[in-house]
Amino acid sequence: MAPSTSSVITLTINGEKHTLPVDHRTTLLDALREQLDLTGTKKGCDQGQCGACTVLIDDRRAVSCLQLAVAAEGREVTTIEGVAEGDELHPVQQAFLDLDGYQCGYCTPGQICSALAVLEEHAAGWPSAATADVRPEAGPPPLSPDEIRERMSGNLCRCGAYVSIVQAVARAAEARTAGTEEALA
Amino acid sequence: MKEFGYQRVLEVSEAVSVLGADPDARFLGGGTNLVDLMKTGVERPARLVDVRELPLDHIEVAPDGALRIGATVTNSDLAAHPEVRRRYPALAQAVLAGASGQLRNMATVGGNLLQRTRCGYFTDVAGPCNKRLPGSGCPAIEGEHHNHAIFGASEHCVATNPSDMGVALAAFDAVVRYETADGPGELPLADFYLPVGDTPHLETALPSGALITGVTLPPAPVAAHSRYRKVRERASYAFAIGSIAAALDVRDGVVQEVRLALGAVSSRPWRALAAERALTGSPATGEAFAAAADAELAAAETLPHNGYKVPLMRNLVVALLTELTEEAAR
Repeated sequence: MAPSTSSVITLTINGEKHTLPVDHRTTLLDALREQLDLTGTKKGCDQGQCGACTVLIDDRRAVSCLQLAVAAEGREVTTIEGVAEGDELHPVQQAFLDLDGYQCGYCTPGQICSALAVLEEHAAGWPSAATADVRPEAGPPPLSPDEIRERMSGNLCRCGAYVSIVQAVARAAEARTAGTEEALA
Repeated sequence: MKEFGYQRVLEVSEAVSVLGADPDARFLGGGTNLVDLMKTGVERPARLVDVRELPLDHIEVAPDGALRIGATVTNSDLAAHPEVRRRYPALAQAVLAGASGQLRNMATVGGNLLQRTRCGYFTDVAGPCNKRLPGSGCPAIEGEHHNHAIFGASEHCVATNPSDMGVALAAFDAVVRYETADGPGELPLADFYLPVGDTPHLETALPSGALITGVTLPPAPVAAHSRYRKVRERASYAFAIGSIAAALDVRDGVVQEVRLALGAVSSRPWRALAAERALTGSPATGEAFAAAADAELAAAETLPHNGYKVPLMRNLVVALLTELTEEAAR
C-alpha cells in the first residue's frame, strides 16, 4: 500500500503551538513562510549553503531549508520573530543595529540567529576549526575575530558586510560576558 | 521532489523491520545531504524512516578503553565531546573542518559515513553519471575533474568521498556497527567502502536494509598525538581539495608508530599504509616524511586537471608530521 504523503503536525514556534497540515516534502522554511506567515526567516539558496534560513531548533542553530517540517514535530523552534523581548531588542540585534552589521538586510535574520548560537556554543566551551588546541585541557579559546569568522562562516552576506558583522558579534559577546558577570556579582 | 511517506521510529528493531519491508524506503538522519539530493531528484525514496530519535545518541568509553559513538550523535556533539578531543583530537578537528555550525548540529555520525559524493555530474540529473545511472557514462573523466580521485578510481567513476570525519576514522581503525533484521554486525572502516570497479553505484559493504548503529574507535595511545589539516579553495565552509589526518609517536628521534589517512583523493578515506610502513622505525625527519609520502603517492593515477594533488598531499604529509614531531619534542 502506498504510504500517506502528508500529515497533520504540531510545531512549537517561538513558544506557541501551531497545528497545520503538511505535505511531507514541505521544509520547515516553507512551512514558516508560506503556511504560518513568519516571513522573517529568509530563503536564499534553498540548498543549505548560505545560512539565510537559519533558525534555532531545540536551542541549536540549523538551516530550515534542509529540515523537513514533519521531522521537526515535537521540537522547539525559535525564529527571528521570537528573539526580542516585546519591543526590547536582544543584545545581538542591538549590536547589529548599532554597528551596521548588514547592508540590504536579507541575510540578517539568519546571521542573528546564527550569532545567538555562536555565543552559546562558545560559552559551552565548544572548539572550532580556528581553535589551535582542541583538547579540553587547553580551555576554551577567546572569541577572537578569527574565531568569530570561522564560527559564522555558514552565513553568507552577498553585500559583504562581514567586517561589521564580526564587530557586532564581538560586541554582543562582550555584552553577554558583562551580563553574566553582573548576574554572578 | 517526488512525494513520499514519512515514519518516525523509536526503536532500532522497528527501524530495520520497516526498511526491510519497503525496498524504496530510506533512513532519514539529519537530512543535510539526503533532503538536498531529494530536492534535485538524485534521490527519490517512496518513504522516509526517521531515525533521529533512536536511542543511539551517546558517546561512551567501553571497559576495554574503546570509544563507542552512537550513530545519531550529531557532528557537533562528536566534535565537542571531551574524550574525543582528548584521545582523538584529529577526529574533533576533522569534524570541525567540515560544513558549518548549522549543518554540524543537524548531521549525524551515521549519515556522515553515508553521504554521497559532491561530483557535479552526480548531482546534475540532466546528464550521465555511472554512480547515479549505472551504464550511462562518466563525463568527469573528459570534463571537470580538478577535485577528483588520484587513488582507487576506475574508468567508470573518478568521484571522491567528501567526508572529513571519515578521514580521521580511517586513521584510527574505526569499526562500523550495524543492525539488520537478522541481528547485529560489524565492518572495519577499511572494508566499509567498496572498490569502485565497474559498480560505482554500489558504495558500501553494508547488507541490504542495514542501519548503522554506531562507530567504535579502538584504544590507540598514538591518537592522542594527532592532527587534521584541510586544504580548500576558501578559508572555511568548503569541501577539501586535499586533507590529512596524522598521528605520530616519536621517541629519541625515531618514529615508533604513525597513522596517516588522506582525504579528497579517493572514493573512500584513503589510509596511507605504504607511507606508514616506510616511516615506522625511520628517523623523524623531513626527508623521511617526504620519502614516505612518495612511497604512497607512487600509486597515484592523475587526470589532466588534478595532478596538483600529488605535490599537495606530499607537502601536507611533510608539514603535518613535522608539526607533530615538534609538538612531541616540547
